[in-house]
Amino acid sequence: MSTVFEWEKPLVELEDKIKELRTFITDQGIDFSQELTELEHKAERLRKEIYEKLTPWQQVMMARHPKRPTTDDYVKLVFDDFIELHGDRTYRDDQAIIGGIGVFEGEPVTIIGPQKGRDTKENIARNFGLPHPEGYRKALRLMKQAERFHRPIIALIDVVGAYPGIEAEQRGQGLVIAECIEQMSFLKVPIICIITGEGGSGGALAIGVGDRILMFEHAWYSVISPEMCANILWKDSSRASEAASLLKLTPTYLLQFGIIDDVITEPLGGAHRDHNAMGLQLKAFLRRYLTEIRKIPIDELVAQRLNRFRQIGQFQERALPNLEKDGD
Amino acid sequence: MLRVFRSKPKYVTVRSSAQQQPSKIDDDQPERAKKEVPDNLWARCEKCSTLIYNKEMEKTKHVCANCGYHFRIPALERLRFICDEDTYKPFTPLVATNPLGFPGYESKLEQTRINTRLDDAIVIGTTRIHGYATVLGIIDFSFFGGSMGSVVGEQLTRGFEYGIKHRLPVIVFSGGGGGARMQEGIFSLMQMAKTAQAVGKFKEAGLFYISILTHPTMGGIYASFSSLGDIILAEPNALIGFAGPRIVEETTRQKLPADFQTSEYALHNGMLDRIVTRGDMKDVIGKLLSYHLR
Repeated sequence: MSTVFEWEKPLVELEDKIKELRTFITDQGIDFSQELTELEHKAERLRKEIYEKLTPWQQVMMARHPKRPTTDDYVKLVFDDFIELHGDRTYRDDQAIIGGIGVFEGEPVTIIGPQKGRDTKENIARNFGLPHPEGYRKALRLMKQAERFHRPIIALIDVVGAYPGIEAEQRGQGLVIAECIEQMSFLKVPIICIITGEGGSGGALAIGVGDRILMFEHAWYSVISPEMCANILWKDSSRASEAASLLKLTPTYLLQFGIIDDVITEPLGGAHRDHNAMGLQLKAFLRRYLTEIRKIPIDELVAQRLNRFRQIGQFQERALPNLEKDGD
Repeated sequence: MLRVFRSKPKYVTVRSSAQQQPSKIDDDQPERAKKEVPDNLWARCEKCSTLIYNKEMEKTKHVCANCGYHFRIPALERLRFICDEDTYKPFTPLVATNPLGFPGYESKLEQTRINTRLDDAIVIGTTRIHGYATVLGIIDFSFFGGSMGSVVGEQLTRGFEYGIKHRLPVIVFSGGGGGARMQEGIFSLMQMAKTAQAVGKFKEAGLFYISILTHPTMGGIYASFSSLGDIILAEPNALIGFAGPRIVEETTRQKLPADFQTSEYALHNGMLDRIVTRGDMKDVIGKLLSYHLR
């Protein structure tokens, strides 16, 4: 099963044609190499045209592509070893977030990240990658463990939001997100957060406070999902594409706003088209930024981390008009 | 001295629904938030439907004398209930900009400023409560549903920083519908981190923070500074939670418990220290402050 978006169809048709021609050449032994080269150039141009001008909503759909690599794919592609560690030590193991110790180029690191399923069965086990409070408690436990043993933390973020369920509310979803955000902010280890797909609201920010915040080319990050935004604005979630434009949730904007530090480019056409190439790309960015922040003394690094968030916000001062004060 | 203490109280609870700001919480809680009342003289209790004469409401601090239902009140009204007279001094007022260029945001801000006479969804400054000096912040629901954008985030952060500098406790009354100021997008989300970090630094300095949850405290406000109090109190019958009840219902397709996301529910589930009535609030705060003198 493959998912082809409407806007990709001309490209996919062309790619199919190229494949056919190749088969024809091999089978018949007739030289069509000039025609083949032309078609391939045309496909290349079309690919650029399509993927470099995606609308914000198309970006969101790319981030949700069913074949897009998930957190555990990146764990396999980027790290030499990984020992998964389970449970929040309080209630249960939430499989919507995975975590553990991995080895990155010879050094142990702590890896955490929401995990979507690849099929219905896995999606049910993983609650479609929507974490409960115990998932965030597990993440926090593992992050504190990382601090104790001076391991850098790599957070791979792909989550549309924290699960909005009755039990999640009962067990303090809001409270645990607040605790994650606060405590992550002060951890005395280097932290790199990477939004690999969806960065939905507090559920993403709960594991999104770091020293370097990177974002995949076809990822989104916002205070609210486009569907919910459309629902609030127009009571019509089918207008999500309009909402996606208003929210300015693409990496290009977020880089301009100073919310993220860098954009990790994807193979042309999206990460799902070439998992291995995406893995190599992620590895290169991790190497670069991990090396960079490891050089900074840890107290200074934490101070920089706090200062970064302290500066975010746009507002103006207003002088007190006289009418609000009385004469005395 | 501020006019706040002299002017006659305005009864926001009896505004017609047409004048109210549309907000997420109104959508979620039509019964709670949108009850019509006959005119400006009377209010109808949203819980027991008793008609209450507005002059009576002032005496009871907008609590139904029949069933104890706590009406939502404007921040300036709450200041009068909590502060020692003539002791409140506001911080430098801040106003929002439109960082995303969100269509209609500026004009809606302007209109809301006129309607509410507020700069943004927070009233914050220093004051005394039973003689104890403190920083006090109050979120006002009538301004964009009490949502946190850059102004609320910055003001709260300044509040905690002021507390650290002057060794003062901080008290924050939360009450925001959707929690986040959607029109400010990612900037709004980042205020969650900014305020949580401000609380973290404040605690490191060994100072005392009381978070008081009022109706409604949801979303990004609940999932940041308001969940991080040394002591967390709530008014009775406040809506407290992360996801809005309508979203929970739509996602889970389960019938919600009758008391879902109320203060009483949060207390039962271990998320609050105490529920305190509006009538007792000032005295309870005064006592808590006296036990945490620095």
